[in-house]
Amino acid sequence: MAQHAIIHRDPAWRGRVIAALVCLALLWPALVYSEFKPWVLFDMRSLRSAGKFLHGFLTPALDREFLLMVLEQTWQTVAIATAGLTLALLGAIPATLIITDRLSISRLGTGRMRAPAAALRQLVRWILILLRSVPELVWALLFVRVVGLGPTAGVLAIAISYSGMLGKVYAEILESSDARATEALLSNGSSRLAALLYGALPESSSELVSYTVYRWECAIRGSAVMGFVGAGGLGQRMQESVNNMNGGEVSTMLIMFVLLVALADVVSRMLRKRLG
Amino acid sequence: MNLRRYPARPRRSLSSALLMLALAALVVGSFASLPLQWAAFFTADAIRSMSEFLSGFAPPDMEPQFLIRVAQATAETLSMSALGTLLAVALALALALPAAGRFGTPLRVATRAILNVLRSIPELVWASLLLVAAGLGPFAGTLALAAHTSGVLGRLFADALENAELLPETTLRTNGASAMSAFLYATLPQTLPQMLSYTLYRWENNIRAAAILGVVGAGGLGQLLKYNLSLFNMPSAATVVIAMLLLVALVDAVSYTLRRALTR
Repeated sequence: MAQHAIIHRDPAWRGRVIAALVCLALLWPALVYSEFKPWVLFDMRSLRSAGKFLHGFLTPALDREFLLMVLEQTWQTVAIATAGLTLALLGAIPATLIITDRLSISRLGTGRMRAPAAALRQLVRWILILLRSVPELVWALLFVRVVGLGPTAGVLAIAISYSGMLGKVYAEILESSDARATEALLSNGSSRLAALLYGALPESSSELVSYTVYRWECAIRGSAVMGFVGAGGLGQRMQESVNNMNGGEVSTMLIMFVLLVALADVVSRMLRKRLG
Repeated sequence: MNLRRYPARPRRSLSSALLMLALAALVVGSFASLPLQWAAFFTADAIRSMSEFLSGFAPPDMEPQFLIRVAQATAETLSMSALGTLLAVALALALALPAAGRFGTPLRVATRAILNVLRSIPELVWASLLLVAAGLGPFAGTLALAAHTSGVLGRLFADALENAELLPETTLRTNGASAMSAFLYATLPQTLPQMLSYTLYRWENNIRAAAILGVVGAGGLGQLLKYNLSLFNMPSAATVVIAMLLLVALVDAVSYTLRRALTR
């Protein structure tokens, strides 16, 4: 059998090479701007300090006192998330009631809202957009400046940014459910609150609760991270230990953090499954 | 005689009641155990100091020199996110092959465990850890984004590879192609579009993350914000926050239009 050695040249090679060169040219300024200098990692001094730091990771700090402190801080992280989310609901639920188009009485029949009502809805929508577009970490940073270091800043930051998020998503969930029950109630003269409670909520309650539980899980992750700017909880202790270059303590807290996030994930998945 | 029939009462299970009780206990316990300064929330004094603080932000600092500095920080943020994502894609591809079970089950389990650890530590925590090795500045932020994102993308890539149709690759293999070219010409082209869309999605996330990473000292807009806030330089801080909002809004708009254009 004769072997024919046919070399198939890639017919598109010229285009590929040019595209690669263009990408490289675009990458160059990015490398400059992000001060991409991998060799600093292998600088003798930083190697030594990183080595010492990493060496500490192998022996997590396990003395009783420290473990108790970590457990307390972990609870504080959960408590910040829960308290923040509770306060966020206080803001989000009234906002939902205002911005949901379906609960508008003036819209009934004509399909047109009165101008002041429409303006109020739009205003509240804009406020919610502002609340949720500023990242929660920036809110935390701002509140730390006002109320000082500690969990108060974390609770406020979660309350503010999550009320923006929850309000928007609640309204969307309500708008996407079946409209007939709400409209029947409203056009037969029930109040807006009754229409919400008996018309709109039963249709979409499981979806609303499941989204809230999911957000609670996010809030736990967020409150752990917010500690890094001084808003209390596990993150604040972790930042202090990083500053002291205490690898053992950081290692214990990282393990605790990963366990906490995994636990929140499991609990939230379990609750959401129950809701169907 | 009363002929009206009422609908049956809804069923109430004991476990739901217990769940609600536990929930109430969690909320009450949270508020009770936190050393909250309630005065910071509702007193007139707090409201005055808050409004004083907020009015310090207006008007934002619009001096050309500072605006240039903000533009530089924005470019830094964008570069960090792009490079971080690129590094993450390279690392994720390298880890996805063993994680998809191509080199045996033990290696699959081990790589998935590594990916889980990479993924479950948030970018900000990575950044504060990497500052020790890489020093203050955007390089640590880039590495932090790469570390977290490679965990996320590695898992998604591995799942994509596992779900890919096996027959094309088997056909090439039975007809004598080498393992490498069978993978490159049969499985990779199948999964490439999916991988690309995951990558773009993560890049979008990373731009948002890169904007705030700097608050621990890892470069970009966040570092500028932290710096100005710690000097109580409120107008400048307001400019940086506005720049962040604009950046995020721009990214959202671009991604929305791209998605519309691509899925049409």
